[in-house]
Amino acid sequence: MPLQTFLLVLRRDLKVAFRRISEWSHPLLFFIAVSALFPLALSPERLAMTPGESELFGLQSLGIGVIWMGALLASLMGLDRLFLNDIEDGSLEQLMLGPAPLLSVVYGKLAAHWLVSALPLVILVPLVGLSYRLTPGATAMLALSLLIATPVLTVLVAIGAALTVNLRGATAIIGLLVLPLVSPALIFGARATVLALDAESAAGPLYFNASLAIVAVSLGPVAIAAALRAALE
Amino acid sequence: MIDSSISLELTDVGLSRGGRDLIAGLSLSLRGGQLALLMGPNGSGKTSLLRAIAGFAPTTQGRIVFSGGTAPDHTGDAGPTIAYLGHLDGLKKDLTVAENIQFINSLRGISRPVDELIAELGLALAAQRSVRQLSAGQKRRVALAYLSSSSSRLWLLDEPLTNLDRPGRELLGRWLDSHLAGGGIAIVATHRADELRRPGCLLLEL
Amino acid sequence: MKLPVWFHRFGSPPWVYGFAGACVPWLLICGVLAIAIGAYWGLAIAPTDAVQGEVYRIIYIHPQTAYIGMMAYTLMGIAAGIGFIWRIKLAHAVAVGAAPIGATFTFGALITGAIWGRPTWGTYWEWGDPRIMFELLLLFLFLGYLALRAAFDDRDKADRVSAILAVVGVVNVPIIHFSVDWWNSLHQTATVMQLDDPAMDPEMLVPFLIMVGGFTLLFYGLLFRRLQAGIVERESGARWLRELVEGAAS
Repeated sequence: MPLQTFLLVLRRDLKVAFRRISEWSHPLLFFIAVSALFPLALSPERLAMTPGESELFGLQSLGIGVIWMGALLASLMGLDRLFLNDIEDGSLEQLMLGPAPLLSVVYGKLAAHWLVSALPLVILVPLVGLSYRLTPGATAMLALSLLIATPVLTVLVAIGAALTVNLRGATAIIGLLVLPLVSPALIFGARATVLALDAESAAGPLYFNASLAIVAVSLGPVAIAAALRAALE
Repeated sequence: MIDSSISLELTDVGLSRGGRDLIAGLSLSLRGGQLALLMGPNGSGKTSLLRAIAGFAPTTQGRIVFSGGTAPDHTGDAGPTIAYLGHLDGLKKDLTVAENIQFINSLRGISRPVDELIAELGLALAAQRSVRQLSAGQKRRVALAYLSSSSSRLWLLDEPLTNLDRPGRELLGRWLDSHLAGGGIAIVATHRADELRRPGCLLLEL
Repeated sequence: MKLPVWFHRFGSPPWVYGFAGACVPWLLICGVLAIAIGAYWGLAIAPTDAVQGEVYRIIYIHPQTAYIGMMAYTLMGIAAGIGFIWRIKLAHAVAVGAAPIGATFTFGALITGAIWGRPTWGTYWEWGDPRIMFELLLLFLFLGYLALRAAFDDRDKADRVSAILAVVGVVNVPIIHFSVDWWNSLHQTATVMQLDDPAMDPEMLVPFLIMVGGFTLLFYGLLFRRLQAGIVERESGARWLRELVEGAAS
């Protein structure tokens, strides 16, 4: 029954997402726009981090930082309404009554959201990586580490969304709540990419992020379900 | 027809909302086949009581027990299935009528074919339209699908006649009759008790 | 869950109010005294450090503030969790009381750290330093909890929702600590003084520990005071409180 409900909610949310494609594509376009425009704000000489280093190095380092922050901001923008719609139209209450636990519903919604917003991100990253002149190795590592880290981002931002679901102006406060929590994932994800840039093994940070993803995905939804119940009380 | 295999017991129940006490010391006992009508002015706690029985909110005191087992507690594990119809319709506006009813069917394990249910709800012609395009009365009729599962032995209806058009009211009346005849319990909060009153029903004034 | 009797006593506002009130003077006086003794000892009596000279004396304040901040957050998380699971309002009052104190101490840790940093390695602030990063993130965790509470009008709602955040935060704190430390070890930025240096001279260790004890007592004194204020706020209108006020007035 839980698996059935999970798939049911997943399918329904995907259907709804495709009917409202603009809601999901805006954060993505925002990410691309921001990453593309960032270098314009800086003059080439300043991109060299220290005298003697090539400006390529500076550009690449900038790119890694921008892409990771962009991924975080994009998930912030897309997730704040994740639960709000379901609360407003009353479908969340009905799902709470259903035979399966609320946890299955939460997993279904998270999976649908990740598929629609994070997966395109992982696919588009190579394009953005190109504009920052990342090596193929670094771009591949970037995509891989984003693939592992985006579930963590999704879960943690969703916790923020569930806690603030009834509040006005929730987006701003979600950022404050979630920033400390996502810092490990960002630190290790960026680190993995930088290591790949230097053609070194990025296994360490990747493994850490993978275990972070396992912990986040198994424990986070429990907090989300608790927050949603508290919101409906 | 009273069926004593199903029961809903409220013992000394107290409810508060936003720091204010709404209900205190409410005790109620319902058996299968019984209908209770909740009446009272707005803000008297009808909605809060229904939501507490449904398991959405905790009581500040007392216990609510459905069918001998514990009432749906806050982990969301329900015993026998409860059907709840509140002020909101519980429908996805962007999906079609058919898609919404398909979802409700799968969610609540309704064995009736979707087309048959859509026809009975009188929405055969509107089946492929998105819910956003329906009138308020039609939307309410789609929401009635949440009641069509035969395994829902307890019905909690919060002012179901609001926004319901005439075909919908007649349909709800028929469904309510067969639900009660089949041994189910129903608690209905309403301002229009006359339309729902049936012989042998309980009137509860909050 | 059946809970022991003493647990229930801790859930009784009048009892806790009285208990806290009795403790506060002792905690504050002993705390301030210990801090005064420790400060004098550390600043005037303890020997000069071989490596850092007089500047090292910040060790009598800085680590203590950081430690109190961490303890406050852990206490906050546990109290909020207890309040959430067993629906005990007093536990939430403890968490709310601890949060601003913890935030202030954490902010103090950042300030004292900056004061230490300037003469020691030339800069007030270093973005890569694990301790600075950790304290900064901890400060954000505190502020997030308080900001979330402030956004709700209904206090019970605020209690429950912010409790979830606090518990999630407490689980995350070790993870954040580890990752920030690890990041630093790769960047090899200026070394931070080893605080768990087992070779700390006993002449320095004693005032160090006195300061730890003093600040801890001070923290609990302030916490109990805030707890009393929180109880009064939540129980306003209750009979025991009115009788208490009338009794004091007469």
